[in-house]
Amino acid sequence: MSARSIVPFGPQHPVLPEPIHLDLVLEDETVIEAIPSIGFVHRGLEKLVEKKDFQDYVYVAERICGICSFIHGMGYCSAIESTMGIEVPRRAEYLRTIWGEMSRIHSHLLWLGLLADAFGFESLFMQSWKLREKILDMFEMTTGGRVIFSVNQIGGVKRDMDSDTLKLFIKIFDDMKKELTALTKAFLNDYSVNTRLKGVGILTKEKAHELGAVGPMMRSSGIEIDTRKLGYSAYNELDFQVITSPVGDSYARTEVRINEIFQSIEIIRQAAQKIPDTELSLVVKGFPSGEYFMRAEQPRGEAIYYVKGNGTKFLDRVRVRTPTFANLPSMLEVLKGCQLADVPTLILTIDPCISCTER
Amino acid sequence: MSFASKSPWLIHYDGSSCNGCDIEVLACLTPVYDVERFGVINTGNPKHADIFLITGGINKQNEEVVKQIYDQMPSPKVVVAVGACACNGGIFKECYNIMGGVDKVLPVDIYVSGCAARPEAIIDGVVKAVALLDEKSKSISQGR
Ligand code: SF4
Repeated sequence: MSARSIVPFGPQHPVLPEPIHLDLVLEDETVIEAIPSIGFVHRGLEKLVEKKDFQDYVYVAERICGICSFIHGMGYCSAIESTMGIEVPRRAEYLRTIWGEMSRIHSHLLWLGLLADAFGFESLFMQSWKLREKILDMFEMTTGGRVIFSVNQIGGVKRDMDSDTLKLFIKIFDDMKKELTALTKAFLNDYSVNTRLKGVGILTKEKAHELGAVGPMMRSSGIEIDTRKLGYSAYNELDFQVITSPVGDSYARTEVRINEIFQSIEIIRQAAQKIPDTELSLVVKGFPSGEYFMRAEQPRGEAIYYVKGNGTKFLDRVRVRTPTFANLPSMLEVLKGCQLADVPTLILTIDPCISCTER
Repeated sequence: MSFASKSPWLIHYDGSSCNGCDIEVLACLTPVYDVERFGVINTGNPKHADIFLITGGINKQNEEVVKQIYDQMPSPKVVVAVGACACNGGIFKECYNIMGGVDKVLPVDIYVSGCAARPEAIIDGVVKAVALLDEKSKSISQGR
């Protein structure tokens, strides 16, 4: 047996914009074990419910994470709306779906870029982020913000998209598909990219199940679960298939996410056709009481929002279980036995969002 | 200043931000905004860096990390706090695990406001940082 050594990774590391620390136990070049230590981004925002009332807390919920900000806001609002028995206008639900899917596209493009950066393909990184900027422009057009939008409120949404805007969006997406296809080719067919992804970091179906993986991480190990199929927002009226892959390696995870981008575009197209003409928001009276679990599909997987009200304007408790938290055990699993040089791509493979995880 | 007298290299650390400002810092480096055309490079190594960009507030856990990165940077150096969180704690100010803005532990030279800070504002902050860097290196070379 060769000697073991421990290599510290992070918290400040060029590959990740966010801080996480890992102690990598190595035997020669092979990782035997990875021991994480987290807490660098912990803010304690769940406890802020005691200081901000349930309407103001929407702004905090959106800032659980700046990448999946929209769906965090939506998840929190839906949970509160359920405890108060509010029936949100359909148009608002459709708009939430459209913005939610746009968030998914921008998040997946962001991830593709970071992955390309991790395996050292700088121009692919730039191309992915260039495409992503188009989505951000669309967000800015409709909400006024690029990453934090604040369009959700308890009872509905604050802004509308008129039919011209929706038509324009469909056209932008159609144009974007060409560039996306070119991008896809580089990620899925390029020889050197393949060598970095294929057969690396395999997570079997059994392991994914056992470790409680969620989202694309789980779906690329062949498990067919997507919380959007529960039919929250407008998803019950939209037609889409859950995307899976049986292989479970980094390549499969890339493939699943890329296909989800195309899927999201189709969902937006359907939603733009079916969107009904109702008002945008209801006036909310009274305070939430009782508790509710809301499950929503984030770009990274299933997130759970728990709220408990007591009939006053301050909630008793808010709890968020984010997808990265659920995926950390799977990340440690795929790191075992990998080469040191593969560590950055394997950390990225779960699409980590540390600020969600630590809240 | 009509031209940059230096290609400033920067290092970025995420304190306890929500990621919003983080990805905007990264967006500055990618097409559309592309600060590399001004010679700005995002380096991972504190010893190569002139400008320290921090997003997010300070907590007990990252306090040491931030200080260490700062200490490793060679003088002259400029600290830029990006976003409301880094300026004074922002929306998380009242959280039990937030001590406040970056100026609780480091001397901050430039504050970039916004939640999230817009790329234009961040670039503006970096440009101001370059001017400040010039001043600082002048006073060092004059032995002050
Ligand atoms: S200033 Fe706003 S967007 Fe930036 S890190 Fe803080 S909460 Fe997030």
